[in-house]
Amino acid sequence: MERIPILKLGETLLVTIQVDFHDRVALALQEDLCEKIVNYSAKGVLVDISALEMVDSFMGRVLGNIAKTSRLLDCNVVLVGMQPAIAITITELGIQLTGINTALTAEDGMLLLQKLLKAKSGARTTHANKNGRR
Amino acid sequence: MLIKTAEDRALINEDDIATVRSSVKRVVALLNFSLINQTKIITAASELARNTIEHGKGGKAVIQVLDEGERVGVRLLFEDNGPGIPDTAQALEDGFTTNKGMGLGLGGARRLMDHFSIESSPESGTKVSITKWQEKI
Repeated sequence: MERIPILKLGETLLVTIQVDFHDRVALALQEDLCEKIVNYSAKGVLVDISALEMVDSFMGRVLGNIAKTSRLLDCNVVLVGMQPAIAITITELGIQLTGINTALTAEDGMLLLQKLLKAKSGARTTHANKNGRR
Repeated sequence: MLIKTAEDRALINEDDIATVRSSVKRVVALLNFSLINQTKIITAASELARNTIEHGKGGKAVIQVLDEGERVGVRLLFEDNGPGIPDTAQALEDGFTTNKGMGLGLGGARRLMDHFSIESSPESGTKVSITKWQEKI
């Protein structure tokens, strides 16, 4: 079966969906990604869907689940490159990808991941300082 | 109304959903639908093809090209011999689902297309028809 490659770039994983996002391929990606996030202690995942020509409710659910599961594993997901026609269609279809971070390009997505990571480590330091003062 | 072409696609397992999607894509691209409308039609086809397999236990899709002189259109029929839908009005509501889905398939497909109709009974299964029109240039 086809599998979508997951590339490691420092603390980030890069996923580019360039094949037809078959149901089984989508579910396999969800599993593979969770495994790699844990193995590499990845802090961010960039999912590029610029080559996807459509997203139906099944794919939408898988993408949403990927974002939710990753967050449970202390990892942020940014979805990049959604085609305008897909954005219009899934809105009309009623798919709610609420809570999913998006960026227009891969470059913007990487910047957003860095920002999210910084905000998180910043929050941790502040918390530690407060405890230290007590 | 003239049915210019019609092609059948079997819907047995999930791989057939992708086959139907690519067949529909080829047809709507030839009819010069805008990219947004192409995406809407392919998405609606994908939703209904999945319903046919998951709820209808398999069936077929028919892709028709329609010609009314001033406008052309694509009509997609999804037919199965499954158990039927007891309450079609309820099945069209967003969020109504009997399995793991989001419950957007039927209602969503109706919103994405110009025409939508459904017939369902325990004896003859479920038949869904969706159409989208395109003005001739």
